[in-house]
Amino acid sequence: MKNNPFIGLYIIMAVLLVLPFVLPNSFYVDLAIRMAINAVIVLGLNLLIGFAGQISLGHAGFLGIGAYASAVLPTHLGWHPLLAMVAGALAAGLLAAVLARPIFKLKGHYLAMATLGLGIIINIVVRTEAAWTGGPDGMPVPAFSLAGFEISGDKHWYWIAAVLLSVSVWASLNLIDSPFGRALRALHGSEVASKVVGVDVLRYKVAIFVMSAMFASIMGSVTAHYVGFVTPNLADFFHSIELVTMVVIGGMASVYGSVVGAVLLTALPQALTSFEGWETVVFGSILMLCMIFMPKGLVPTLAAKFGKGE
Amino acid sequence: MLAEFLQFLFSGITVGATYALAALGFTLIYNASNVINFAQGEFIMLGGMLAVFFSQAGLPLPVALALAIAVPALVGIVVEKLAIEPVKGAETVTLIIITIGASLVIRGLVQVWLGKGTFSLPAFSGDVPLHFMGATLMPQSLWVLGVTAVVVVALWYFFNHTLHGKAMLATSHNRTAAELVGINTNWVLLMSFAMSAAIGAMGGILVTPITLTSYDVGIMLGLKGFVGAVVGGLGNGLGAVFGGLLVGVLEAFGAGYISSAYKDAMPFVLILLILFFMPRGLFGGKSTDRV
Amino acid sequence: MALLEVKDLSIHFGGVKAVQNVSFSIDAGIVYAVIGPNGAGKTTLFNLITGIYTPTTGTITLDGESIGGKAPDELARRGMARTFQNLQICMNMNAIENVMVGAHLRLDRNLFKAALRWPALRAKDKDLHAEAAELMRFVGLGAYINARADSMPYGALKRLEIARALAMKPRMIFLDEPAAGLNPKETIEVDALVRKVADSGVTVVLVEHDMKMVMNLSDRILVLDYGKKLTEGTGAEVRRNPDVIAAYLGAHA
Repeated sequence: MKNNPFIGLYIIMAVLLVLPFVLPNSFYVDLAIRMAINAVIVLGLNLLIGFAGQISLGHAGFLGIGAYASAVLPTHLGWHPLLAMVAGALAAGLLAAVLARPIFKLKGHYLAMATLGLGIIINIVVRTEAAWTGGPDGMPVPAFSLAGFEISGDKHWYWIAAVLLSVSVWASLNLIDSPFGRALRALHGSEVASKVVGVDVLRYKVAIFVMSAMFASIMGSVTAHYVGFVTPNLADFFHSIELVTMVVIGGMASVYGSVVGAVLLTALPQALTSFEGWETVVFGSILMLCMIFMPKGLVPTLAAKFGKGE
Repeated sequence: MLAEFLQFLFSGITVGATYALAALGFTLIYNASNVINFAQGEFIMLGGMLAVFFSQAGLPLPVALALAIAVPALVGIVVEKLAIEPVKGAETVTLIIITIGASLVIRGLVQVWLGKGTFSLPAFSGDVPLHFMGATLMPQSLWVLGVTAVVVVALWYFFNHTLHGKAMLATSHNRTAAELVGINTNWVLLMSFAMSAAIGAMGGILVTPITLTSYDVGIMLGLKGFVGAVVGGLGNGLGAVFGGLLVGVLEAFGAGYISSAYKDAMPFVLILLILFFMPRGLFGGKSTDRV
Repeated sequence: MALLEVKDLSIHFGGVKAVQNVSFSIDAGIVYAVIGPNGAGKTTLFNLITGIYTPTTGTITLDGESIGGKAPDELARRGMARTFQNLQICMNMNAIENVMVGAHLRLDRNLFKAALRWPALRAKDKDLHAEAAELMRFVGLGAYINARADSMPYGALKRLEIARALAMKPRMIFLDEPAAGLNPKETIEVDALVRKVADSGVTVVLVEHDMKMVMNLSDRILVLDYGKKLTEGTGAEVRRNPDVIAAYLGAHA
C-alpha cells in the first residue's frame, strides 16, 4: 500500500480553504484558529517525543518564553513585535541548548524530571515577577504589525494560522522521509544501532530539542498576539501535559496524528467548560485508556486496521 | 540569629518529613516495577482530604484517619491493577504518561466530589507551640517526625527481617530470578503500590494541620518528593528519606534567606543541579548497560 | 601492516576482569574468527574495539591510528561496521529504512534542505532506496523489501542487520554471533552470506559458536578463555592445540 503521504495535506488545505465560508460564527472561527495553532505546536513537539523518542514534560515553558517575550518587550521596552518574537525564540533556543547536553546524558525518568523541573521554574518566574509580567493575572499583548500593517482580528489570524499549519505539515512530512529524519527515528528505535552507523546521538538530541523549543516559542508569540493577552496558565504543568496528551492520542510519530490530536483536544475543553474538574478527569482517562489500549495513538491504529482490511 | 536558623530548620524538617514519605513511596514502586509513579502526590493529597471528609462526616478521628490511610491504599491497588499491570514492559514514556493520567483522574474526581476549598484538621495534640532556643516548634511537627521515624524503622524491619519484605527486595533486584524461586511478583507489585499509597497518605494526614490541604496540593508535594528520591539516589530507601528531608530543609532555608517568593522553585533548581552533576544522586550506585 | 592491531587490551568492570592483556592483529581482507566458551569475553572484546566500551589499559590501532576509547560514531566514520548479538533493529521503521540508515554518513543530513524538499536531496534518497533494495537482495531478503521491521522473523532480522552494516560501505565488519538462534538451514545460508561478504573485499571479524561455520570460513582464529588469549592461528593449528581442546573444542571437533 504505497499511498502518497501528501494526500492528507491536500485534504487539510482544502478544508482550510472552505472552512471560513462554512463556519456559522466567529466563535467557531476562533476555535479553528486555536486548533491550527495547537496543531503546529504539537507537530513540533511530536518531532521530539514521537520521532526522536525523547520526553518533554515542560514544553509549555517554551511557549511561555515566546508569549511573554512578545508581551513584555514591546510593552516595557518598546521593542517591535517581530524583534520580540525573534528574541523570544533565541532565548528559548539558548536555554534549550545550554540545558540539552546535560539533560540528554540522562535517560527516561531523569529526562522527564529535568524537563518538568525546567517548565515549572519558568512558570514560577513568570508568576512571580509581577512588575514585568503582571503576575498571576497576566498582561495584555500589543498587536503584531509588519511594515505598518497591523495584524488583528479573526480574518488575518485565520489565514496566518492556516498557512502556518499547511507549511508545518508539509515540512514535517519532508523531514521524516529524509536522512535527517531517518536518523532521528533510528535514534528512537535503537540508540546503539544509530551510534554504530555514525549518528552523533547527543548532537541530534540537542538539535531536535533546541528546534522544538524555538518552534514552541514562536508559536507562543503567535498565540499571545492572537489572543491579545497572556497569563501564566499558558506556561504551566497542566498545559505541558495537555500538549503531550495531544501528541499521544493522535499518534506518536504520526504527522496527521498530531493534527488530529490537536483538533480533538482543543475542542474538548470547550465541551466541558462548566466542568473543570471533569475536564481533568476526562483528560486523565484519555491518557490512560489511550496508552493502555491504543499505545500507538488514534491515527496509526486506525491506519493499521484499514491497511489490514485490504 | 540562631533562633531564626532553628526556625527554618524546624519548618524545613517538618515539611521535609512529608517529602521523605513521598520519596519512600516513589522508591518502593520504582524498586518493584521500574515505574515512576507520578500519581504518588495524589495519594498524599487523598490522605489529607479524606481525613477531613471522614471526620467532617461525623466519624471519630481515629476511624477517620484509619480510613484515610486504607482508602488511598485501595486506590493504589486499583491503579496498579487497571493501569500498570496491563502494560507491563512498555516504554518508559508510556508508563510515565499512564501514571500522569491516573494522577489527573484522582485529582479531578476529588475536585468534583469534594470541591476546591482548603481544609484543615485539628492538630493531634493541641496548638500550644513549644519553645526551643528561641524558636517555636508546633507539637504537630513532632507527630510528623515521630511517625515518619516509626515508618522508616518499620519498613527497615519489614524488608530485612520478614519473608514478605525480602521477597519484595528480591523482586526489585531481579524479577525473573524472583519468579523462578516462586515469588509472586504480581503480588509484590500490588503490595508496593498499596504500601506507597498508604505511606504517602500518612504523610498527607500528618501535615494537614500545619500546611492545610486542598484538591491540588498533590502535584507539588509529589514532585518535591520525587526530587527527594532522586537526590538520595533513585532506588535507595534510606537515601530517599534523607533526600526528602534535605529538600525540605533547603527549601526552608532558601525561602528564609534568599527569597520566599521563589520557595517553590528551589527544589526544582536543586534537581536540575543534581541531575546535571550527580545524576546517580547522593547515594546511588553505578550501572552499565549490557549490549 | 595489519589493518587492526590490538596490544595488551584489558577492561575491568569493578572486580571483574572481563578482558585481560589480549593482543592480536588482523590483516586486511581476511576472515578472522574469535571463539571461546560463553563468558570468555568475546562480545566484550567486540564492544571494546567498536567503541561501546572504553579500555582500562592497552591499545587498539586501526590502520596505524589509535582508536581505543573513540565513540562508535567516530569509528563508523573510519569504516567500521558491526552487528549485534542481541539484535538492535529499529522496530519503529521499515526494513528498508533500517538499511538506508546504514548509509547515514554518506548522505546530506541537512535538516533545512530536508524540510524544504530540496530536489538534489530527494534524488539522492531515491538512489539510496534502490541501493538499499539491492543490498537486501544481496543478503537474501528480497521478499521483505516493502515490509515493516517488526513484522519480520528473527532470522531475517539478523540478515537485515548485516545489510545495514554493508550499507555503510565499510572496510571492516564485525559480526557478533550471526548464526545465533538460527536453525541448521538458516545457518548454512548465513555461512554462504558471510562468504559472499568476505569475497566482496570487506575484512570480516566474526564471533561464533558454530564450529563448522567457523572452520569453514575463517582464515585465522583467536581463542579466548576467561578473558585471556588462549591461542591464535589457522583453523588447523587451533583444533590441534591441546589447551583449546581441553577448554572448549572437545564436544564439537
